[in-house]
Amino acid sequence: MRELAASTISDHVAEMCEEANIYLGEDVFGLLKDALETEESPTGKEVLKQLIENAEIARDEQIPICQDTGFAVFFVEWGQEVHLTGGTLDEAINAGVKRGYEEGYLRKSIVKDPLYERKNTGDNTPAVIYTDIVPGDKVKISFAPKGGGSENMSAVKMLKPSDGEAGFIDFVVNHVKAAGPNPCPPIVVGVGIGGTFDKVAVQAKKALFRHVGDSHPDSRFAKLEKTIKDKINDLGVGPQGFGGRTFALAVHIEDYPSHIASMAAAVNINCHACRHLERVI
Amino acid sequence: MEPKKIKAPLSDEDVMALKSGDNVLISGVIYTARDAAHKKLVELMDKGESLPIDLNGQFIFYVGPTPAKPGQAIGSAGPTTSGRMDAYTPQMLEKGMKACIGKGLRSQTVKDALQKHKGLYLAAVGGAGALLSKKIKKCEVVAYPELGAEAIHRLEVEEFPATVVNDAYGNDLYAEGAREYAR
Repeated sequence: MRELAASTISDHVAEMCEEANIYLGEDVFGLLKDALETEESPTGKEVLKQLIENAEIARDEQIPICQDTGFAVFFVEWGQEVHLTGGTLDEAINAGVKRGYEEGYLRKSIVKDPLYERKNTGDNTPAVIYTDIVPGDKVKISFAPKGGGSENMSAVKMLKPSDGEAGFIDFVVNHVKAAGPNPCPPIVVGVGIGGTFDKVAVQAKKALFRHVGDSHPDSRFAKLEKTIKDKINDLGVGPQGFGGRTFALAVHIEDYPSHIASMAAAVNINCHACRHLERVI
Repeated sequence: MEPKKIKAPLSDEDVMALKSGDNVLISGVIYTARDAAHKKLVELMDKGESLPIDLNGQFIFYVGPTPAKPGQAIGSAGPTTSGRMDAYTPQMLEKGMKACIGKGLRSQTVKDALQKHKGLYLAAVGGAGALLSKKIKKCEVVAYPELGAEAIHRLEVEEFPATVVNDAYGNDLYAEGAREYAR
């Protein structure tokens, strides 16, 4: 049994909070530069230029890429040979979030009571944490600070199996069309299909943790990702919704087995920053 | 097209000279307010009480910045989603506000109010908070400090970039832009 101190988890989490909010991932950086080459709209090009310059300023001057430094969302793959000492996993992660958001001058955007007082917790906790127990003696922590504006443009729909591929495509494209400029395009579209009402939403979220632009390993879904992305870009919404060719940088689908009666589908949108990081401890 | 340089606050003539799709660079004093501050301002209006800031001719920027590091005027400061302010915007325009800056779709009621009161809705680039922070030279809290990032701040801006989305003639860049590039 490998022993791992809760404080080690907290240290990594604190660093990840700062890093993810300040350094735009190379995956997104590359896609923004590619889009600048292909975008036809002059205003769209200007937006893309500002986004590239923004990422450079953020990196060079250690300023958060965006003022919405997000809800702290974690997927943890915990090797079952690892024994955590000195605290629980939730405590360790939340201690890291608290420190990372304070020391990194990140915005605290979480209110304790969603309906009545809406009083800020003051330290951006609690985080949203999904944990899988996996074989081995390693711990993989994936982190994404998830902005509220794009998160608000999410949807779950319990499609019928008879809706088929065409019904699934319509659901995703029409939903993204309705979201329009709100989630800060160019966007990354996380899509879940299969599972239960709750599972499909988690799959859509998980899709946003993929290296942006990588395709689904199953060639049928890889093709479907491209089809949906092209349909979304053909809407003409463009960067920031000002009109243009680049509405979506990528569409990522995560599938899961389905009940015979169901075909659950979910869309979770991320803005162009699509901040995400992972570390293996 | 070269961006137009404009000075805040705005007159009716300034508003009428701008059209949907114009890129502008704003210099002068603007104010921030988002969800919580709007709620408080409109509650005061409903009670007929005076407001902590004079809205006449002013720009309101929908933003909740990150905390400033020592030596910075302000932290990352990009626009938030404007639709959440839709319920309050007609009253803000009635009280003299001339322009608001955010990102994302507005309701038909807001678009109508912009025409009625001669106002503008502009979008800054959402998620360009680091870049926009460099255009803000000075920042001070002028009302509701208890709201933290949501307090009303007075900002001195220099060549702050934004794009006119809804003008006072009823035009809408979001609708027209997508139509132009749809295929």
